[in-house]
Amino acid sequence: MRGTSLRSNALMAPAVLWLGFLLILPCALVLALSFFRRGIYGGVEYVLTLSNFAQAIDPLYAGILLNSARIAGIATAIAVVIGYAAAYAIASAPRRWQAVLLFFAVLPFWSNYLIRTYAWIVLLNSEGLIPLILRWIGYPGEPPQLLYTEGAVITGLVYNYLPFVILACYAPILRLNPELREASRDLGGSAIATFLRITLPLTLSGAAAGAVFVFVLSIGNFITPALLGGGRFQMVGNLVYHQFLSANDWPFGSALSAILIAIMLLLLVAQAKAAERASGTARSESHG
Amino acid sequence: MASEPAYRHLGNFLLAAVFAFLYIPIAMLIALSFNEGGMPTVWSGFSTKWYAELLKNSDIISSAGNTIVVAAASTGIATVLGTCLALGVETRRRRGSALEALIFAPMIIPDIVLAIALLSFFSLLGVQMGLHTIVMAHVVFNLAFVCSVVRARLKFFDWSIVEASEDLGAPALATFARVTLPVILPAVIAGALLAFTLSVDEFIIAYFTSGAGRSSITLPIQVFAMIRFGVTPEINALATLLMCASLACLALAQKFNRGMVGA
Repeated sequence: MRGTSLRSNALMAPAVLWLGFLLILPCALVLALSFFRRGIYGGVEYVLTLSNFAQAIDPLYAGILLNSARIAGIATAIAVVIGYAAAYAIASAPRRWQAVLLFFAVLPFWSNYLIRTYAWIVLLNSEGLIPLILRWIGYPGEPPQLLYTEGAVITGLVYNYLPFVILACYAPILRLNPELREASRDLGGSAIATFLRITLPLTLSGAAAGAVFVFVLSIGNFITPALLGGGRFQMVGNLVYHQFLSANDWPFGSALSAILIAIMLLLLVAQAKAAERASGTARSESHG
Repeated sequence: MASEPAYRHLGNFLLAAVFAFLYIPIAMLIALSFNEGGMPTVWSGFSTKWYAELLKNSDIISSAGNTIVVAAASTGIATVLGTCLALGVETRRRRGSALEALIFAPMIIPDIVLAIALLSFFSLLGVQMGLHTIVMAHVVFNLAFVCSVVRARLKFFDWSIVEASEDLGAPALATFARVTLPVILPAVIAGALLAFTLSVDEFIIAYFTSGAGRSSITLPIQVFAMIRFGVTPEINALATLLMCASLACLALAQKFNRGMVGA
């Protein structure tokens, strides 16, 4: 069976056609739409223009883009620091516990995203569990507004994507050759120096993959800002949603989506390049 | 990997905190779904009345029916297409990075982008939207996930047994049914269960490709509408049931194909 190219291609054809028609073509359409003009009564006027992209960098919308990037960036940083530390702790646990710990760290990731986000509404709303606990431990006065804040949006993003970061960070940490760390310690390197100069550089690839994933899914996120931000903190995802389902400005919505796709591709390529370079450097360092 | 004792305690503490962070919100929802009064602040006794309420809610029942139809149909199509794709890719001599990117793309593309792309595409072609368009959309990401689970299995596949079967004169189809399929079947089933779970839970793409009618509302669309309306005890019960369903699918998938969920 192996090596018969004709049969391989025939096996691939249905799926490739499906993706061609229902993924590539629609995305190409979005890209095309982003260069057309919005009709006066909504709809699309087939006149080429760059005005949608000009509108996207207009201070009002550029502000939303930058704000989305900032919120996604904070969520990514927190998720990667916690996720890396948790993965490190799992990899340091007794061997027989590791599979179980990892399984339970990843498990919440498979439950419904809406439900996981809803849980935080129940926790954070003014009648919810966290304000209740705050009052109970003697918080002076009324607890602050927790739901519908930027902090709530960031918490929701970290909560939803943390399992994936733990999973992405775990594999490279586990693969790390312990002799390298022992060698560093034997040669008099402090624990911190060993971590910073041996462990971290050799295991950063997982953290980078996790970071790209969290950032891409956070910046284009629609559910979390809508539910935990209460619509008060617009992010690009909500803006795109609005253009398509209420403002009826499809070309502008398409331009915003095209920008999202561009950011995603850029990060994926950068991460692939960085991973390549990191593995190259690590190899030359561990050999030289 | 052994660590020094001082760091070990720190690690244990950190893990306890992370697991508390991950599981307290979920545990709280489950506990609340059995709370008589339904309010998060007061425990007024154990009750299953919110589950009974759920069964009386015709919107929820009909949307759950739609979700099962969509998930079953998209899983069926995606399992066949994704398995064939995996076999095709793994038996090919050359594997281009464009092909790898095409298979990877559905898993990483932001939902909102695929959602509006399909909405524009279907409207431009004048396709009437409904459950069938949600199925078509869900197959896009489901086939990618099935494909990646099956490919992981094929990496350890001994192709010489296929060659042996063909050298001995077995027709291609018989070889597939009696040699290849039995070996990859656990991965195919696991991939299908995974696809089913993803489809049941998917909201944004379904929301954009469901059309205007109420008849094609799926469970996540219904849940989103309810959550927006406010915190109601019924959602806690529904959330608990949905999590149990996901967990059951996942446990089955893990049983068939150990190591799939990262553990």
